Amino acid sequence: MKSRRSEGKILRFLLKQIIRMAVLLFLVSAAAFFLVSVSPIDPLKVNVGQVALGSMSQEQIAKLSEYWGTNLPPAERFLSWAGDFLKGDMGTSLLYRQPVSHVIGMKLSNSLWLMAVSWLVSGGIGFALGTLAGANKGKAVDKVISAYALITASTPAFWLALVFLMVFAVWLKMLPIGLSVPIGMEAAEVTLKDRVVHGILPCLTLSITGMSNILLHTRGKMIQVMESDYVLFARARGESKSRIVFRHGIRNILLPALTLQLASVSEIFGGSVLVEQVFSYPGLGQAAVTAGLGGDIPLLLGITVISAAIVFTGNFIANVLYGVVDPRMRKGRKVA
Amino acid sequence: MKLWNGRKSMVCLLVLFISLLAAVTIAGQLYKTEALVTDFSRKNMPPCFSHPFGTDWMGRDMFARTLTGLSMSIRIGLLTAAVSTTFAFLLGLFAASMGKAADGLVVGLIDLVMGIPHILLLVLISFALGKGFKGVVVGISLTHWTSLARLIRGEVLQLKESQYIKIARKLGHGGFETALKHMTPHLIPQLLVGLVLLFPHAILHEASITFLGFGLSSEQPAIGVILSESMKYLAMGKWWLALFPGAFLVVVVLLFHLTGEMVGRLMDPGALHQ
Repeated sequence: MKSRRSEGKILRFLLKQIIRMAVLLFLVSAAAFFLVSVSPIDPLKVNVGQVALGSMSQEQIAKLSEYWGTNLPPAERFLSWAGDFLKGDMGTSLLYRQPVSHVIGMKLSNSLWLMAVSWLVSGGIGFALGTLAGANKGKAVDKVISAYALITASTPAFWLALVFLMVFAVWLKMLPIGLSVPIGMEAAEVTLKDRVVHGILPCLTLSITGMSNILLHTRGKMIQVMESDYVLFARARGESKSRIVFRHGIRNILLPALTLQLASVSEIFGGSVLVEQVFSYPGLGQAAVTAGLGGDIPLLLGITVISAAIVFTGNFIANVLYGVVDPRMRKGRKVA
Repeated sequence: MKLWNGRKSMVCLLVLFISLLAAVTIAGQLYKTEALVTDFSRKNMPPCFSHPFGTDWMGRDMFARTLTGLSMSIRIGLLTAAVSTTFAFLLGLFAASMGKAADGLVVGLIDLVMGIPHILLLVLISFALGKGFKGVVVGISLTHWTSLARLIRGEVLQLKESQYIKIARKLGHGGFETALKHMTPHLIPQLLVGLVLLFPHAILHEASITFLGFGLSSEQPAIGVILSESMKYLAMGKWWLALFPGAFLVVVVLLFHLTGEMVGRLMDPGALHQ
């Protein structure tokens, strides 16, 4: 009886989170739509060309603007766009001359594993270094690691990418200078090794710049734990330091660290935009930049919504982890 | 007896850092004209004695360009961080002291802004404003207030439970009046630290968005412009075009980080007797 009631509570909690996510996603797309529609960049001029527009009669222009929907009020345009979006029709990219969903799918598959690997690596190493620093507060190890975190937090991702490019690709000639596959090779011939070799530098850059947040957070939490009464008691009982760290420290800081890392998906995405630009890596970030510079509104909107969906999914998982997995939170909600 | 305690040396370091940053800002202004001088008799020179950072393919002195770019970055950072902090303060105060509906509105707004990846939102805002200087400043001002607003909101929620605020309310002071008169003095230290710690983010994002081609126009010697131009010449082995400007950007951002941390520690009453 009791377990069923708590099950219902969890379900309601999940439902609430999902509705919240849907509402936010709707608002994000509305905000993005608003931003591109107030833009002074005129879709008619971009698509038809200024010269062609100048030579047309007033009636022709009116006809065209009806076709592109520029004479409709923005709210109406947004609703028709959102309706099509829900049906899976994201419009046609103006630069790639392909359906937006197709372009995004292709770019996303390139970006996704890059982001996933960097996310895992930066999270894992950041957590390990943070634990190490926090457990040895004030010692040389801690100072070195903290300094490292501070420097990586101050380093722009694109500059680090440039430096890596200079050292490994231009100077040592060890790794390729860009793209995700060798130039002039057919898709079928590209091996897994080619893809991995082209992904090393972008992944390395993203992992290093994405690490500082989780590192500093873990270090702070670890210091808190090491100063707590129960660690003092464990030490009084004669437990060794490594045992204390593994049995009392990591258990307590793993969950908040995981939540933080899930919430940092947005930063990894931002970093990937810059890194992809430097390495000419054909991913989602580079597509966003091309779309923004070229005035490709359907693609830009599509990428915004998709990336917001990815970020919200990360936040959603983080919230659920906090609400469902942590026994303390579960109890707290019951009391409240 | 120790003549120099930790606090005193920290104040000295703080003064040193701030004067360094100020010096870079002013020097950048002085070098502004020289940063644009082209001289084809000295193009593509690697670093040497008269041009410590080398020159680019148009014979422009990279040292002058770097300083001017840094100065511009710092000034934009100053402006946007100040605007962001004001936003954060007002919205945080508004959320925590004006009832449940206002709170929900602001929290929703924070989630909304945080939901779109920063860089992408900057691209969108810059796109909406037709690119250029205005887009960068507005974009960075509009995207960086979220975490600080959250912090202020939490602080105000805590303050509301304290005795003296409750007494002020019982004495008949209005919600807004108490907030301004009794809460604001409490929040100023946090705001100041938040402001300084916003600089690094603002500067890095300004450089990033300019690097992508959405920010300052390419005639201006901004760090982002310098680095994106250097990309074309990288494969030809002109390493100095990218190395020095970027490294100095890192140093400036690092100085801001350290300054923020020190201001925070100096203002924290818990660390008073260090």
